Amino acid sequence: MDIRPILASLRRHRIPALLIVLEIALACAVLCNAVFMISQRVASIHLPNAIDEAGIAEVTLNGTDPELAGSDIPRNLAALRGLPGVQAAAVVSTLPLSQNNWGWGFGTKPGDALTDRSSRNVSMYFLGSGGDAALGLQVLEGRSFNDGDYADSHFDKSPLPETHVVLVTRSLAGKMWPGQPAVGKTLYATPHYYTVIGVVADVLRPYIGDANSPANYDAAFFPMSAAGSKGALSHYVVRSAPRDRDRLVREAEQKIADLNPGGVAHGRGYPEIRRRYFADMSSMAWMLVLVCVVMLAVTAFGIVGLTSFWVNQRRRQIGIRRAVGASRAHILQYFQTENFLLSTGGVALGMALAFGINVYLMHRYEMARMPWFYLPAGAIALWLIGQASVLGPALRAAAVPPVVATRSA
Amino acid sequence: MLVYYLDLAVRSLRRNRVLTVLMVLALALGIGASITTLTVLRLLSGDPLPQKSARLFYPQLDPSPKNSAIDSNGRLPRTMGYVDAMNLLHAHRATRQAVMALTQAKIMPPQAHAHPFFSDGVMTTADFFAMFDAGFQYGSGWSATDDEGGSQVVVIASFLNDKLFDGADSVGRMVRLNDHDFRVVGVLKPWAPQPRFYTLGLGGDHYGDGDAVFLPLKAARALKMGPQDTECYQAVDDFTHLETAPCQWLGLWVELDDSSAVASYRRFLDGYVKEQVALGRFQRTDSSLLDLMGWLRDQHVVPDDVRLQVYLAFGFLLICVVNTVGLLLAKCLRRSQEIGVRRALGATRREIFVQFMVEASIVGLAGGALGLAFAELGLFGIRHQPAQYAHLAHLDPAMFAFTFVVALVASLIAGLLPAWRACLLAPAPQLKAM
Repeated sequence: MDIRPILASLRRHRIPALLIVLEIALACAVLCNAVFMISQRVASIHLPNAIDEAGIAEVTLNGTDPELAGSDIPRNLAALRGLPGVQAAAVVSTLPLSQNNWGWGFGTKPGDALTDRSSRNVSMYFLGSGGDAALGLQVLEGRSFNDGDYADSHFDKSPLPETHVVLVTRSLAGKMWPGQPAVGKTLYATPHYYTVIGVVADVLRPYIGDANSPANYDAAFFPMSAAGSKGALSHYVVRSAPRDRDRLVREAEQKIADLNPGGVAHGRGYPEIRRRYFADMSSMAWMLVLVCVVMLAVTAFGIVGLTSFWVNQRRRQIGIRRAVGASRAHILQYFQTENFLLSTGGVALGMALAFGINVYLMHRYEMARMPWFYLPAGAIALWLIGQASVLGPALRAAAVPPVVATRSA
Repeated sequence: MLVYYLDLAVRSLRRNRVLTVLMVLALALGIGASITTLTVLRLLSGDPLPQKSARLFYPQLDPSPKNSAIDSNGRLPRTMGYVDAMNLLHAHRATRQAVMALTQAKIMPPQAHAHPFFSDGVMTTADFFAMFDAGFQYGSGWSATDDEGGSQVVVIASFLNDKLFDGADSVGRMVRLNDHDFRVVGVLKPWAPQPRFYTLGLGGDHYGDGDAVFLPLKAARALKMGPQDTECYQAVDDFTHLETAPCQWLGLWVELDDSSAVASYRRFLDGYVKEQVALGRFQRTDSSLLDLMGWLRDQHVVPDDVRLQVYLAFGFLLICVVNTVGLLLAKCLRRSQEIGVRRALGATRREIFVQFMVEASIVGLAGGALGLAFAELGLFGIRHQPAQYAHLAHLDPAMFAFTFVVALVASLIAGLLPAWRACLLAPAPQLKAM
């Protein structure tokens, strides 16, 4: 198809043509960035987390006397284990994504303390007896805690636990001792030190950064006895088959509340914890989706509107072309090619704009660099939308009978 | 004449109903999205205490050792340790001053068979209420003597008073907090400044309901009530006595009446830090004294997502305006003959220009009206979002007016090009083509 006549005709309608190009460019720029932002949020919302999320029901119990934890906790756990469908029950200090974070700096050399630059901030999880099984931690290397580890551990006056063993996540092990087996190594937070007895699959921290933040899995697990926990153990975890979970949330909350009238018990399923944590993010993602859809619809209708007018304006010319031998396909092709040219101009400008916006957002906000393939993907989307929206007016143009040529405008 | 233009415009718009609806709808969507996001941004970046904010200041200092790993890009710690906070409080160098930390308080309702529940609480000192303009419905705050004596007294929020005492004057009655009795000395009027500036850095929500209970710091600490957030800058031997641990968990606010008071407080703060260095307690001499709005900016209280949403909405509005320009232009080019006739009959270019601008502004006002409906719908949607600030999202009168200004300006910009083109048309060729 010869594009010279199209260009000649576009030159006579410079302003409407420019407007279409501009509209497509803006739509392309906004689309690329919005889709990128959506993808980042979706990645965060679906960050993997190696615990049995589907099977965990949790009851937090606060406001009880920490001095009585040694007798309260075993009694509460025995009651929970008696509920039908419970596979495991234990008490822990916090859960991934619960926003209740206890972090400390750890190093790999003797003498490393909180204030050393080489120390890494790690989220600490304290597990009551059986906490590993209740959470569904996956031990990749070494072993998990045994009864002796749990019984020996307690809190004294320090914010760090008095124990000598620790489990670390695979990510943390890889960063602390790159290329070496972590089991048998020691974590230092002088004057405390802990021997790594096992490595578990990556568990998220209670509070995380962006989806691509490297520190999201910097977590360590410590054993803790009920009697020595000083109120640190307040999250009761009940593991069951996923179909029993929601029933157990209610039953476990009721059970704990009945047993501890002076405390405040609150039950949730783990999926709700994750949903809550990412609630803002997912509503932002949905809003971005909504804006993209409406924006593309407006762009498409704009193209339909403008092309329709063009077709109407050129009915006589179309008639003449048909009269001198152009087929319907030729007319159709003419408008499609015209739209393709305009879209091409638009997406070229739009891709540059999209890149510019991304760079600006990277400087201004904590935004990652957009991968290059978003640009051609956005371009193809707008090409397709352009072609789809031009189809209606173009078909109407192709339907103009040659006899129009003989009539006056 | 204007009436005639209006008549012409309405006729012309009615001739292409689908197109008119499309233009109005696109503009309305753009305006609705922009106003919705702008309302949220205005709400979040608002001044929590407009009558007072210029006189409230937040001192910061840095007790952490040099070469410490805990050094977030040269920024000062957000909170203070107990010793420094008390030293600055007791120096009384400002008109008013108060230290504060947030806590979770377990409240046992007086009604029989009621269950205990947790509420947000503030552990603070006497000046808190007068400094932050928190007015009293009943009673008053506590005194500096209560602070020092560790009196178990409490000021409660009006919503808690409704819940516990059915809104009656409860001054003198007891509230059971964390299994201890506290005597009510005051009930606040509804008080919940947004953003909750005094919770920044203390581990609380930045927006949303106010706190339920306000307790003297010393009394609350004596009962082992802990702060919501604690940052330690050195190895800690004894975490059970936060007052002496190398940890920061208190915010200090001061009220300074004029610029000379600010300058002298700065000098005082600077002197204090140098003195601590000389004593060997501190190694760093940095300090800062931001005013309330400066502190909100420093803490990025407005979430980035909210700003991004505003950019996005205005990008979208721009697309809608370009779209409207295109459609108006197409419409006007189609009416070249009509313009030709009007020009031949004596209409001036100016008159043609005005006629088209009138048409554009009708589209704009219709778009604005519909956009307002969309904005209300958008804000309704936001109120049902999980965000902390969700229930605050309402259209205010200023935004209402702003909607129409945005709509009118957007449509006039959109109408400018078509109207310009229309008035440039020479009448003769158009008449010849008829």
